[in-house]
Amino acid sequence: MSSHDVLDLVWLVPALPLFGALFLLLFGKRIGEPIAGWIGSLMLGLAFLVSVVMFFALRDLGAEHRQHVVDLFTWLPSGGLKVEFGFLADPLSIAFILFITSVATLIHIYSIGYMHGDPRFSRFFAYMNLFVAAMLILVLGSSFLMTFLGWEGVGLCSYLLIAFWFERASAANAGKKAFITTRIGDVGFMVAMFLIFAELGSLNYTGANGALAGALRLDSGTATAIALLLFFGAIGKSAQFPLHFWLPDAMEGPTPVSALIHAATMVTAGVFLVARAHTFFEVSGDAMTVVAWVGAGTAFLAGTVALVQPDIKRVLAYSTISQLGYMFLALGVGAYGAAIFLVITHAFFKATLFLGAGTVIHGNDDNQDMRIMGGFRKYMPYTAMAFIVAFLAIAGVPPFAGFWAKDGVLEKVFQSSEYGLWIVGLAAAILTGAYMTRQVYLTFFANERFHTPAEAHDDAPEIAELATPTIAYGDAPRTPFMHHDPHEGNGLMVGPVVLLAGLAVLGGLLDLPFQRIEFLNDWLDPVFADAHHEIAAPSFLGGVGLSVLAFGMALLGLVLGYAAYHRGLQSVDRDPFDERLGPLGRLFGHAYYYDEGISRAVDGPLRAGASWLARVFDARIIDGAVNGVGWVVRETSLGFRKLQSGFVRNYALGIVLGTAALLAYLLIWAAR
Amino acid sequence: MTITASYYLVLAAMIFTIGAVGVLIRRNVLVMFMCIELMLNAVNLTFVAFARQLNDIRGQAFVFFTLVVAAAEVAVGLAIIVAIFRRRRGATADDVRMLKG
Repeated sequence: MSSHDVLDLVWLVPALPLFGALFLLLFGKRIGEPIAGWIGSLMLGLAFLVSVVMFFALRDLGAEHRQHVVDLFTWLPSGGLKVEFGFLADPLSIAFILFITSVATLIHIYSIGYMHGDPRFSRFFAYMNLFVAAMLILVLGSSFLMTFLGWEGVGLCSYLLIAFWFERASAANAGKKAFITTRIGDVGFMVAMFLIFAELGSLNYTGANGALAGALRLDSGTATAIALLLFFGAIGKSAQFPLHFWLPDAMEGPTPVSALIHAATMVTAGVFLVARAHTFFEVSGDAMTVVAWVGAGTAFLAGTVALVQPDIKRVLAYSTISQLGYMFLALGVGAYGAAIFLVITHAFFKATLFLGAGTVIHGNDDNQDMRIMGGFRKYMPYTAMAFIVAFLAIAGVPPFAGFWAKDGVLEKVFQSSEYGLWIVGLAAAILTGAYMTRQVYLTFFANERFHTPAEAHDDAPEIAELATPTIAYGDAPRTPFMHHDPHEGNGLMVGPVVLLAGLAVLGGLLDLPFQRIEFLNDWLDPVFADAHHEIAAPSFLGGVGLSVLAFGMALLGLVLGYAAYHRGLQSVDRDPFDERLGPLGRLFGHAYYYDEGISRAVDGPLRAGASWLARVFDARIIDGAVNGVGWVVRETSLGFRKLQSGFVRNYALGIVLGTAALLAYLLIWAAR
Repeated sequence: MTITASYYLVLAAMIFTIGAVGVLIRRNVLVMFMCIELMLNAVNLTFVAFARQLNDIRGQAFVFFTLVVAAAEVAVGLAIIVAIFRRRRGATADDVRMLKG
């Protein structure tokens, strides 16, 4: 078989998890635990194997020909708009499906342990499979519309999974919030597609008449409009300012879902979209600047918010927002390879961190309040080790993957002479080191604070009795309630975490900043060959200097965190960072009151406006029109009903007169 | 004097008018019923007259249909009239006007 024949089978990659989802939805209940989980994991494992085969098949093609479109059938045959249900295998999509399927497989296996005993066990795996299938369609789609299909599927599955424990009102609300917020961004994506079709007549990525090639013909105004609308869609999915606020609430879902959303699926979709449609951004120029500044600003601001959060998962949520900011920063200066490298390494270490956090939560009776943890290293050694590895990776300590990726981004920003952006990026690197050190020390090191105080042991409620397990900033610390020590997760949970931690160590090998072994960058090169922004490589000494500087910033963050937290918390309601930052700490803790502001705006003016519309516009004008039509019909009918008198002779007279009139017409007018 | 088709047509028109006026002004259901028969037969006469004049058998064929329909109508109509008569002790059409707007 030639490589092209093999690549024709690329549709198997999304089809396998899709089949798994349908199968589990239909028969999952009968199969039950744990087989349903194994089926879900198997489907993704197979999808990963197929992806590997696809990678080798694509590699066999020459570097310039690495682009293969498979059209399964015509999806929309409608006049000028003809959309094929097609998949595109090129270096970008293959890079994405490789890390998506591998990370998702490990998360699925972990979930078998984590979801043990849940009454909707098999449905969970059906949704998870569907989630990954939608993401794979998103990255493999051969046109904007195919990507949009996956895009919406991802949105739907995020809603289903975040609100998976929908018995809790907070989970149901978080699901709605995620869905609606990302839908706001989707409007931008849709309008962008309308514009692209109106201007270029095609939504396909590839080909001489395709949208990406056509983008080069656009004037910069139109390109800016399209690029910014696409970016608005990306902002919604990838949780960037100003549509970032759904992501912290998404922590209401089961922890493996958070891992899947943050690492393999969903939030990287925005980065993918901008990378895929980079031609529009390149032609526009201004749009690139917007992307870079939104990314850098979000990286910094989300980092500050993460500094003082007491909830173990919320810290990670803001950390994801911050890291995604870095990715957009890289995209904004045209360093696409660096952005994708960070996407992939981030998937590895963020999945480790989330699954590790899941084991921590699982092992201490669903508690998420870091203020009553501490010293867990002794009780869950493997998880602690994996978590610390991932922590060093995200903080940017060499030789872990995160260092190479983040250093690559910052170096490219510096080389593009965007010094303002570069300084913001460095500042965010300090924050990353600081908040991650705080988290690691509060959780795994320092003093143990989970022991139930002797005098109040029966008063403290179990987590299951609370309205929500999430601890928001400003919530009083929970009274410790456990009557036993925290425990390590079972093998199914520890195995994937340790494997992912291994990937977080080795992931850097994908793209070391030395010529000849920039594997990922060279692999992606054909996709981004048309980029205007040629970023010069720094001199060797310059490169080393920049790396040392980036590492120095990370180290500064680590030292700050260590200094404040190495002895743990002396009292559970006194958080060193929070105390030292004073009013700033409150500002950070409430995430700049952005969420509250939106709630207040929606609850105040928007609700008032809506109720005015309901009271006046709806009641008077809409209902008035409807009732008016009814009134007119009723009044006329009341007149006409008198005609039906009940006298036979009246009807007969009507017939006679009618006949006479017809005759008269025929004789006088029609005869002429 | 030859009798042309127009004689028959004029006669038919007269019979039809008598029938129509009868239906309109009489109250007795039986009389109204007979007037309807008059109108039907006036039409039959027209059919036959034209069939003769145009030398076309179809006009006469139609008359048979009309007769059959009229016979059926008489059967149903008389049954209704008898039923009304039993309930109301009279056959005035204006008494039966419950079906009105």
